[in-house]
Amino acid sequence: MRPPEALPTYEGGPVSGTELEPGPPPEVPRNPRAIAWTRRRLSAARVWKTYRKNKLGMLGLYVLIFFALVAIFAPLLADEQGLHATCPCNGEPFSPPSAEFPLGTDNFGRSVLTLTIWGSRISLAVGLLATAISMLIGSFIGIVAGYRGRTTESVLMRLTDWFLVIPFLPLAIVLASVLGRSLGVIVLVIGVTSWPGTARIVRAQVLSVKTRPYVERSRALGASGWHLNTRHILPNVGPLIFANTILTVAIAILSESTLAFLGLGDPLSISWGTILDFAFSAGAAYAGQWWWIVPPGLAIVFVVLAFTLCGFALDEILNPKLRER
Amino acid sequence: MGTRRYILGKVAQAFLTLAFVMVFNFFLFRIIPGDPAALLLRGTSAFNPDNLAEVRAELGLDKPLPQQFLTYVKNTVTLTFGQSFFLRGQEVKEVIAGRIWPTILLVGTSTIASAAIGLIIGIYGGWRHGSRFDVGSQGFTLFVYAMPEFWFGILVLMAFAGGVGPFPAIFPAGGYDTIGADLTGFAHVADVLNHLALPWFVLTVAYLGEYALIMRNSLIDVMNDDYVMTARAKGVREKQILWRHVVPNAMLPTFTLVLLSLGFIFGGAITIEYVFSYPGLGLLTVQAIDTKDFPLLQGLFLLFSAAVIVANLVADISYSYLDPRVRAG
Repeated sequence: MRPPEALPTYEGGPVSGTELEPGPPPEVPRNPRAIAWTRRRLSAARVWKTYRKNKLGMLGLYVLIFFALVAIFAPLLADEQGLHATCPCNGEPFSPPSAEFPLGTDNFGRSVLTLTIWGSRISLAVGLLATAISMLIGSFIGIVAGYRGRTTESVLMRLTDWFLVIPFLPLAIVLASVLGRSLGVIVLVIGVTSWPGTARIVRAQVLSVKTRPYVERSRALGASGWHLNTRHILPNVGPLIFANTILTVAIAILSESTLAFLGLGDPLSISWGTILDFAFSAGAAYAGQWWWIVPPGLAIVFVVLAFTLCGFALDEILNPKLRER
Repeated sequence: MGTRRYILGKVAQAFLTLAFVMVFNFFLFRIIPGDPAALLLRGTSAFNPDNLAEVRAELGLDKPLPQQFLTYVKNTVTLTFGQSFFLRGQEVKEVIAGRIWPTILLVGTSTIASAAIGLIIGIYGGWRHGSRFDVGSQGFTLFVYAMPEFWFGILVLMAFAGGVGPFPAIFPAGGYDTIGADLTGFAHVADVLNHLALPWFVLTVAYLGEYALIMRNSLIDVMNDDYVMTARAKGVREKQILWRHVVPNAMLPTFTLVLLSLGFIFGGAITIEYVFSYPGLGLLTVQAIDTKDFPLLQGLFLLFSAAVIVANLVADISYSYLDPRVRAG
C-alpha cells in the first residue's frame, strides 16, 4: 500500500511555517518523500534559528567545535611520537612549564600538552560511542515498551527501574573489573549502565505520540507496526532522543574519566582520565606538579560543560514539557 | 488505594529489586573470562593442577550451576560472602565491617552539611531568581557538576596537604588518624577531625549544588501557586510568606533527595576516599579492583545496591506521609 504520507496533507509543512520571514513561496515538492524532506529541512531551520538566540548554547557549541578540531587535527598539533616514553623528543621528567614544553612534562619527560591533545581523541571517542550504545538500548526499550503496552511494557519498565536503582559507579566498576581492561569494555560498560533514563523519557513521549489522530488514521489505513514506528513515532520522538543524547555524552565522558582514574581504563590508550590516573599514582599531587594535573582536568570540565550547555539549549527547544512554559 | 496497600506494594517492589540484584550479581561473577580459580592462583607458587582443583572445590565451582546458585542465595541471605581472595584468612563480612564506620562518618556528615548549605543557597537564589546571587550560584552549580569530583579532590589535596605556591600544607595528606600516634580522648578526636577536613570539604562542595538546584526550582514552582498570591493579597509580610508558606511546601523534593542520598552513604565516596587514602569502603573497593578480589567486590556491590534500594523505599514511604496526593495517585 502507499504510505499515508502520500495524502496531500500540509501538516507542519511550508504553509504553516509562519515563523519564517516572508520570501519567495517555497517550491511545491513533487512527491511525498520530497514533501517530508522539505518539512524536515524547514523545521530544522526553525530549530537552528531559535538555538542561535541562546547565548550559552552557542558558547557550548563553539567550545565543542574547538575540541572536535583539536581531536581531528591532533597529528598536526603534536607529534604522536611524543606519547611514547622512549621518544628522544622527551624532556627532563617532571619539568615545569617552559618555552619548549608549554605545559611541562610527566614522569617520562613526555609533554603534557601532547598528552592532553591526544587524550581528547580517546575521551571524546569513548564518550560518543558509549552514548551511541546507551541511546540504542534506551530508545529501543522505550519505543517497544511504549508502543506494545501491556505485559511487554511492564516487564521492560520493571527492568528499567531495576537498572535505575542499581548505583551506577559500583555497577560500572564491577562490570569493568570482571570484563578486563580495554577501551571496548569501557565503552560497553558505560553504554549498558546509562540507558534507563533515556528509556523512560522515550517511552513517555511514545505514549503521548501514539494516541494522536494521525497515527490512528494511519493505522486505520492499514499501516503495519513497523511502518507506524519508523515513519510516525520515531520521527516524533527523535528530537527528544537527540537532546537527551547530547546530555548523555557529558555523563559518559565524566564516567570514562572516573573509571580510568580508578585504574580500569586501557593502559595503552591515553585519555584525560588515564593521564590523571598516571599523575596521581606517580604522586604528582604530593610533589606539587600542578601542570600535570590541571590541564587534563580542565579539558574534561570544559567539554562536559559545553555538552551540558548545548543539551540544555536543545532541551528547551525540543522538549515538549519545557516548551509549554 | 489505602496507605497500607501502598506501603506493602512498595516493600514488595523493593524485595523484587533486591532479588534482581542478587541474581544479576551471581551471573556477573560467573561471566569472568577464564577460571576464577586460575585467576586466584596465577603468579603464586601454588599454581598447579592439584591446587587448582582444590581451590575450585573450595569456591564451589565444581558443582552444577543450580546448586551453586542455591549456595549463593543461602550465603547472601546469611551475609556470608566467603573469604577475601587476597586478604587471605579474612571473611569478606569482617573486612567490610572494619571499614564501614569511617565511611559513615565522612559521607554522613558531608551529606548533612551539603544539604543544609545547598538548601539555604537554593532558597535565596529561588526567592530572588534572576538576581546576581542566583545567576552566580547557578553558574557555580553547573561548574561543579561538570567537574570530576576526584580531580577537585586532587587539587584540594595538592593545595592544602602537598603545598603549592602560596598554599600552605596545613592538613595531613590522608588516612583516618595518625598511625602509630596512639592518641586518646580529645586529642584523638581532634586528630580524626583533622584528617577528615579535606575529604569532607571536597564532598560537601561536590554535592551542595544538586541540593541548591532542586530547592531553587521547587521554590520557584511553589512561589507561583495561588495560595501565595492569596497570602500576599491578605498583606502577609514577604519574609513571612517565604518562611511560613513557601519554604515548607518547597521542601518536599529536597527532603526526598536527602533520603535518596543516604542510600549512597556506603558507596558515595569511592574516588574521594581513594584520593585521600581514607580507609573506608570506597578505598576498599579500589583495593579490591587492584587485587581482583572478586568475593570482596561482590560483597561491596551487594551492600552498595542494597543501601540504595532501602533508601528508595524509605523515601517512597515517607513521601507518601508528607504528601497525601502520592498515595491517592
